[in-house]
Amino acid sequence: MIDLSVEQLTVSYLRDTSHAALAIDDVTLDLAAGTVLAILGPSGSGKSTLLRAIAGLEVLDAGRVLWRGEDITGMPVHKRGFALMFQDGQLFTHRSVASNVAYALQIARMPVPEQRERVAELLQLVGLDGFGDRRVTELSGGEQQRVALARALAARPRLLLLDEPLSSLDRELRERLGQDLRRILVDTGTTAMFVTHDQGEAVLVADRIGIMMDSRLVQLGDAAQVLAEPATPAVERFLGRQ
Amino acid sequence: MANASTAVRTPPSIVIATVLGVGVPVAFLAVFFAWPVAAMIGRGVAPEGILDLGGFGEVFSRPRTIRLLGLTLGQAALASVLCVLLGLPVAHVLYRLQFRGRALLRALVLLPFVLPTVVVGVAFRTLLRGTPLDGTFVAIMLALVFFNVAVVVRTVGSAWEGLDPRQEDAARVLGASPARVFLTITLPRLGPSIAAAASIVFLFCATAFGVVLVLGGTQFGTIETEIYLLTTQFLDLRAASVLSVTQLVIVVALLAVVGRVRGSTQRRVAIARRPRRSDAPALVAASLITAALAVPVLALVERSLRTSDGYGFTNFALLAGTGSRNALVVPVWVALGNSLTIAVQATVIAVTIGLVASLVLSRSPRSPTARRALGVFDGALLLPLGVSAVTVGFGFLITLNQPPFDLRSSPILIPIAQALVALPLVVRTVLPVLRSIDPRLRESAAVLGASPWRVLRDVDLSVVARPVLAASGFAFAVALGEFGATSFLSRPDRPTLPVVIYRLIGLPGGDNFGMAIAASVVLAAVTVAVIALVERLRVDTVGAF
Repeated sequence: MIDLSVEQLTVSYLRDTSHAALAIDDVTLDLAAGTVLAILGPSGSGKSTLLRAIAGLEVLDAGRVLWRGEDITGMPVHKRGFALMFQDGQLFTHRSVASNVAYALQIARMPVPEQRERVAELLQLVGLDGFGDRRVTELSGGEQQRVALARALAARPRLLLLDEPLSSLDRELRERLGQDLRRILVDTGTTAMFVTHDQGEAVLVADRIGIMMDSRLVQLGDAAQVLAEPATPAVERFLGRQ
Repeated sequence: MANASTAVRTPPSIVIATVLGVGVPVAFLAVFFAWPVAAMIGRGVAPEGILDLGGFGEVFSRPRTIRLLGLTLGQAALASVLCVLLGLPVAHVLYRLQFRGRALLRALVLLPFVLPTVVVGVAFRTLLRGTPLDGTFVAIMLALVFFNVAVVVRTVGSAWEGLDPRQEDAARVLGASPARVFLTITLPRLGPSIAAAASIVFLFCATAFGVVLVLGGTQFGTIETEIYLLTTQFLDLRAASVLSVTQLVIVVALLAVVGRVRGSTQRRVAIARRPRRSDAPALVAASLITAALAVPVLALVERSLRTSDGYGFTNFALLAGTGSRNALVVPVWVALGNSLTIAVQATVIAVTIGLVASLVLSRSPRSPTARRALGVFDGALLLPLGVSAVTVGFGFLITLNQPPFDLRSSPILIPIAQALVALPLVVRTVLPVLRSIDPRLRESAAVLGASPWRVLRDVDLSVVARPVLAASGFAFAVALGEFGATSFLSRPDRPTLPVVIYRLIGLPGGDNFGMAIAASVVLAAVTVAVIALVERLRVDTVGAF
């Protein structure tokens, strides 16, 4: 079953108040339920904007976003039931670890005892058992990303969007957390889409890979197939250089 | 100066310069600030030379004192709350969104703050004349809010501009509605800047003088206007000093609070975005508030052009005279000339002392004792900010009228008082720039063969040239509009423009009201022109508040 469909999405960004340039140019893709798609591309290729546009954070110039066939293009961000995790976590610095994780649960008005239970369960899932009362500013980079993941998963989002979730970490930590991320996404059956400029990360976490270059989606397919058969010389250069 | 690169052997000229650099500002503050203020405190707590706090009991048993104290604090609290409520949507629109004409709009919203207090008072008198609001508490409140909304917009806006919007994005994607994002994410993050802005507004309102004096009459007032009335109308100097001491305590306590909540001023790259649908309420509110801010100014200009038979420049022509019922001793244009001369003198004093002090303060000496001494010096320089202008003027009146400083009849007294009011502003504009110079820049210049004086000229002074120019403009504008201290010290034959305006508005018969309005327009125009020039220098002046 197809969960997410993106049809001919185009987004421009303001260079200054008078000049606009295209950040995403006519992107179309489908994402099947329970799969993890990695959008791979050099920096500035528009991959983060694509993610933000799907979340509803960008003003679209053209195109549609559908969820299981229903057009959600005009639906406000907070009603989409998605979750978004940033490169540097963007944890709410004025809240504790537990109340960061519980944020979406509070919005959903889950009873407090159940909230506590769910938070404990999530912290265990991401390997941060007993961290609930800590301040987020006391945590290491890897721990912060784990909290961000737990926060994103808390309300069981229909779609998890991850924006370079591992890029701010050092190599060893990135590999460990990448494996954890893969395990958690598979275990929870979450449909996910994440952007990265790191080929290794994409292979580690994703089932499918899309390549973005110069604001366009130039290739989309199974992970192994994309890496084995680059569609254009530019893609080959990009993949080969890493 | 005692720089690391010159630590081997400090040349005598540098030692002398350092001693002068510290000595001159300290002597200036001691004679023209510490002494008058101390003498004023002495009048209150030890009138006969021995400690006697009886005056406090007596003054505080007067119902009028209690009423005015309550009025001062209540008025300031209410104005702070209103300024925050009105300032937040404007700050959001002007600092978070990107649209055509934003720079112009920012300048317009900040305009009321730079207008002289007397002008704001006259503008509201003009606007409300003939309505039931004239002379009421509401009128004072409107004027205070008009004046101070800019503080909230600028302080909170520049903090808001630097907040990473992705925390809000994360919350929205997690299911938070726009209102919820604002309440649970944005507002807590803006907390420190809102607290800082609110306490600065509170401070300004609690010590408001010109606006309240013009609008409040004798029924409404602040401690500040009461000190003025007690001194000039009732000659009750003891009660006046008791109130000055009370105000001093309140203000110093408030300044401590401001210093505490004024969090770190680290600035990030500003991230503005295009407006979206959920910004509609903020956009509507900001448009209405901005339009409302223009009303008093437009009313003032419109009324200044009104004549008995239509529109014309009659009121401006009358400024060549001395008003009906001989309200003035000299024509208004002469007063404008006085104002300009005095403001130039005040600017020279404030900028000279402020620059010298800033150069000294920007050094980091090796010895801990010297560092501690610099810290004390730093605090002393900002003190005039905390002491009301009326207190300074009053202090001058009771100390500088006898040897060794018999300056009572000297024309230099007013520029000195105005320079004191402008000094903290100069230091707070210039010092951060000097402190941000990488010491390695001076070291490279020295290694390349520059003498300490040459380093000072080529590095420090060249970097600080524009900020000094901006600070001069600020100091000039502040001196031009200064009313609190000047009203004490000004003599009838050599008045400044704000003093003349106050005199004219107090004797409203005949042509006087129209003249007061025309004079206000002239004063506002000069001030706005100076500030516009300063803004063109694009020096970061947020810290100057």
